[in-house]
Amino acid sequence: MQWFEYARPESVDEAVRLLSEHGEKARVLAGGTDVLVQLRGGFRSADWVVDIKEIPELNGIAWDDSSGLTIGAAVPCYRVYENEDVKKHYPGLVDVASLIGGTQIQGRASLGGNLCNAAPSADAVPAMIALEASGRVVGPDGARTIAVEDFCTAPGKNVLKPGELLASLHFPAPKPHSGAHYIRFIPRNEMDIAVAGAGVSVVLDNGNFASARVALASVAPTPLFVKEAGEALAGQPVNDESIQRAAEIAEQAAKPIDDMRGTKRYRKHLCEVLTRRALHIAVERAKGNN
Amino acid sequence: MPRKVQVQTKLNGEQVEFLCEPRQSLLEVLRDELGLTGTKEGCNDGNCGACTVMFDGRIVTSCLVLAVEAEGKEITTVEGIAAGNELHPIQQCFLEGAALQCGVCTPGILVAAKALLDQDSNPSEEKIRFWLANNLCRCTGYDKIVRSVQAAAEKMQEAR
Repeated sequence: MQWFEYARPESVDEAVRLLSEHGEKARVLAGGTDVLVQLRGGFRSADWVVDIKEIPELNGIAWDDSSGLTIGAAVPCYRVYENEDVKKHYPGLVDVASLIGGTQIQGRASLGGNLCNAAPSADAVPAMIALEASGRVVGPDGARTIAVEDFCTAPGKNVLKPGELLASLHFPAPKPHSGAHYIRFIPRNEMDIAVAGAGVSVVLDNGNFASARVALASVAPTPLFVKEAGEALAGQPVNDESIQRAAEIAEQAAKPIDDMRGTKRYRKHLCEVLTRRALHIAVERAKGNN
Repeated sequence: MPRKVQVQTKLNGEQVEFLCEPRQSLLEVLRDELGLTGTKEGCNDGNCGACTVMFDGRIVTSCLVLAVEAEGKEITTVEGIAAGNELHPIQQCFLEGAALQCGVCTPGILVAAKALLDQDSNPSEEKIRFWLANNLCRCTGYDKIVRSVQAAAEKMQEAR
């Protein structure tokens, strides 16, 4: 691997100072499951690697009935899916934290890292978009909040400016009668990159959809928020027809490429199937969630 | 050029100190600096699991951990599994069940399987297979591995 210096700041301020000082030449290290592979393979370079795991704010999970859930950007997946509050209130997040990589990767990889790495196939990102998550970004000019759907800008690129750091992810408290699910298609049973994926959330009201959100993985240059699919469900009765229409909107919105993992046509078809299946499961979860 | 960094860590129950370059992986330091060659290098990018070690109570692929991150942590490698000359039940069962052929994946699988049995004394076959999904074996076809993990679980339960 190329030479670099290593720093382990213990506060957000210290991390921002280091990142500001070294600008584009600094890379943040959380679980390292993407960045170390990229540095070793020469796909990215760095003079400084800034390890953020010792910063308390980036390493905690906090739940509050009214304000919702906050997950530090460096919290590894296993701490997300083993957390009692997450299990109780955000089963859609458990889905995704437990299917990223295998056991070893889940011991290190974080949802924050999955977002910052900005892969089109990032499994956690559609799930977080469906859950209306936002990122708290800190930098030399203070803090700002960015909706997850606005975070990734191109494959491997995000909205962070030099010196800025994703500190935490925030998830609003789930509404009564709400449910979420993420489902992906891979040719194996585990340990693979999504050919396509769908993250959805629904809120029900007396047999109708009050609202819904749909987001897709691996079918656009960034994880794709399909706002119109959710809007088409709002106010509609919960039945196969309304769900099918939303799934077809997701299929139309997908802009995939042909590559070794699948063709455009196949991926678009998958978007319809996966959105439909994910919506059915989210509806079942919502019915059980009073 | 960056300097070397001094790291103190607890390795297989003993306090150790080493010097490393910040770019060196934990895997490189275990093998090349500390002489613990039980941990194997397979893919060197986190896919194959041959370099699996316990790192502060969780299994990780040591190729994706920087050695400098070991400061103040606790690490167990395959060398730390047996009690002196007595093999751990998982090691004994792998021998008896012929759960290895070339053996390159075996240290990582032993560390990973032991971690599973430490938290679940009677895992289902499905749970074993998903838990070990990050450990690739190109020889055995996995069946003997899974059966040996089940045998170890039984043996450990009997011993309780």
